[in-house]
Amino acid sequence: MDIFFQQIINGLVQGSIYSLVALGYTMVYGIMGLINFAHGEVVMIGTLVTITVASLLIKAGLPLAVAGLAGLVAAVLVCMTLGWFLERVAYRPLRNAPRLTPLITAIGMSIVLQNVAMIVWGRNYLTFPALLPKINFEVAGAHFTAIQVMIVVVSGLTMAGLVLLVYRTKLGMAMRATAQNPQVANLMGVNSNRVISAAFVIGSALGALAGVMVGTYYEIAHYQMGFMLGLKAFTAAVLGGIGNLAGAMAGGILLGIIEALGAGYIGDLSGGFLGSHYQDIFAFIVLIVVLMFKPSGLFGEKTGDRA
Amino acid sequence: MQAKLSAIALSVAAVLALGACGKKEEPKPVAAPAAPAPVAKPVIVVKLGHVAPMTGPQAHLGKDNEYGARLAVEELNAQGLEIGGATAKFELLAEDDAADPKQGAIVAQKLVDAKVQGVVGHLNSGTTIPASKLYSDAGIPQISGSATNPKYTQQGFATAFRVMANDVQQGKALGEFAAKQGFKTVAIVDDRTAYGQGLADEFRKAAEAAGIKVVATEYTNDKATDFKAILTKIKSKKPDLVFYGGMDAQGGPMAKQMKELGIKARFLGGDGVCTPEFIKLGGEASEGNYCSLPGMPLEKLAKGPEFKDKFTKKFGTEIQLYAPYVYDAVMVMADSMKRANSVEPARFLPEVGKTSYDGVTALIQFDQFGDLKGGAISVYQYKGGKLEYLETLGGGVAEAVKEAAQATGDAAKAVASAAADATKDAVKAGTEAGKEAVKAGAEAVKEAADATKSAVEKK
Repeated sequence: MDIFFQQIINGLVQGSIYSLVALGYTMVYGIMGLINFAHGEVVMIGTLVTITVASLLIKAGLPLAVAGLAGLVAAVLVCMTLGWFLERVAYRPLRNAPRLTPLITAIGMSIVLQNVAMIVWGRNYLTFPALLPKINFEVAGAHFTAIQVMIVVVSGLTMAGLVLLVYRTKLGMAMRATAQNPQVANLMGVNSNRVISAAFVIGSALGALAGVMVGTYYEIAHYQMGFMLGLKAFTAAVLGGIGNLAGAMAGGILLGIIEALGAGYIGDLSGGFLGSHYQDIFAFIVLIVVLMFKPSGLFGEKTGDRA
Repeated sequence: MQAKLSAIALSVAAVLALGACGKKEEPKPVAAPAAPAPVAKPVIVVKLGHVAPMTGPQAHLGKDNEYGARLAVEELNAQGLEIGGATAKFELLAEDDAADPKQGAIVAQKLVDAKVQGVVGHLNSGTTIPASKLYSDAGIPQISGSATNPKYTQQGFATAFRVMANDVQQGKALGEFAAKQGFKTVAIVDDRTAYGQGLADEFRKAAEAAGIKVVATEYTNDKATDFKAILTKIKSKKPDLVFYGGMDAQGGPMAKQMKELGIKARFLGGDGVCTPEFIKLGGEASEGNYCSLPGMPLEKLAKGPEFKDKFTKKFGTEIQLYAPYVYDAVMVMADSMKRANSVEPARFLPEVGKTSYDGVTALIQFDQFGDLKGGAISVYQYKGGKLEYLETLGGGVAEAVKEAAQATGDAAKAVASAAADATKDAVKAGTEAGKEAVKAGAEAVKEAADATKSAVEKK
């Protein structure tokens, strides 16, 4: 039983990270109907910027907490700028182009960002400075660390903040209006360009935060780390119903837990026929089954077709 | 239009002439191979292909390999090696296979089309094996400095060689080492690549033969960062030891996550995790764990420290892993060309098999499969953020003789090398018999697998 509990913790932490990244996908999709495939790379840039800034400050003799916080702030600022820049350069000129075109530029931007990061930070793995003290807890045979608790708590708070922003503020109202119908929102005095920029900037800030969490958790970073993470988060967003905030959160956590349980039990359940290397397949089977019965995802509303 | 074109042609000619004037002091033999001047020896360009991942999670190792090859090529060019009456000018065609078997075959074809005279690489067994067929069909000699999966040389290709002990030797040594350290139970994890899986399978055989119980078998992939789920499962089986068949980029974080989950077991891995990168990534969790490397530690080899100095001086970075082996691979290629007095693959290929080259990593001689003869395996322990040499296992007879020779100086060296040759001949018979047995075993396993497969298909 303690294994089951431990696997749930593993999945919850992994899932919280997926959720935060998935929110970036879902916000942009909800408003523009565009899948920003470069979002995973924004997360990666966030992690790498934190490493550079925090390591520099630690070397300069500042305390860990200050260096970490400065790294986080720098990462969020850089990623927000990057998000704004991405929208401006790669997506805005194609606002009225056929739907597939921005999808291709998104993939293009993802490759460009990976290569820029490779040039700037090199090919080697980078170690993330240990910013938080290593405190281990043990409850009912399951081990977890302070970092894991922090990840789940911070993700939860951030997501709550985002929901407040979308449903309780004027900007949020403008976002929801633009999502429903950009032309009509424009006629009502909503500057849809600004709203779309805001969605990119906020999504990228969440991505930067997720990047810092991935960094503190695994303590390693690499210029290609964003690709798989982005793919998984995208899957989580689709699972929950892309375009839906609650869906992205639930989808992320669900995906994390499915993966952990899949890796933990698939071997025993199938009598050793399938091993733990099928954990990704396990997650995707769940995705396919959900989409077969609920094509718009778990929480998705029925909408017209959007690519 | 016509006038304009001829004007351009004229000016181009003028520029060329000017350029030629500038270089007058040093006549370029390529331009004038027929020149009777005694200085102008003809130059023959030798194209060597090098393939390793330059992108992806193993890019740091790929770059390390390329540095090794570059160092060798530059030294060869500085020496001005003479082959077939011409000065050989080596050119390195470096390609990226991203550690992906599909990409590996594509760049292999590219090198074949570019008519390279030889190939050094690839880095991974998974890319080397499919690529070796293309090189074999084209008759291009291939020497890998790091592909350790036994299958590479067992396909019957006359062009396939490696300058490193294979995983049968390494897995066996690791299994014996684990038993000697008193480990009773082990969990085996591999990354499902040809290398990881191959090494894990060989380790399992050796460990079981030595009386160690395998309590869990888990898998990951060569791009993963999270191992908590499989480690949690392993924890419930309470092994003394976790063996990982895979690379440092996964091994380091795995060791770290083992510690976080409160797993007390030791970590053991092969050459893929025996790198400075592993220590960097594993942090203090790497402390006290073990890994193995084919060959002897660089510091203990006659030319090792010198190579290390040259490398760090030239590239301003420390050696990750396979650079010295790749360096030797290039040198063996050049040495064979020299002995054949030809750069034609068909002419110098037979000479590669007859190599007896005193390289940085070992005295390189190949058996009839193209495997390194008498490959030794050294075991290391991570201690205080460094790899500490523990012992050398298996195939070490010749190596030990060689080491003794270094200690007693040049005169003794000559005697000892004669002795080494004699020992090796004696050992050879034994090794080859062993090899046959292994091969037969592998075939039996393959047959069994085929049978299972057809049974499954029937179902």
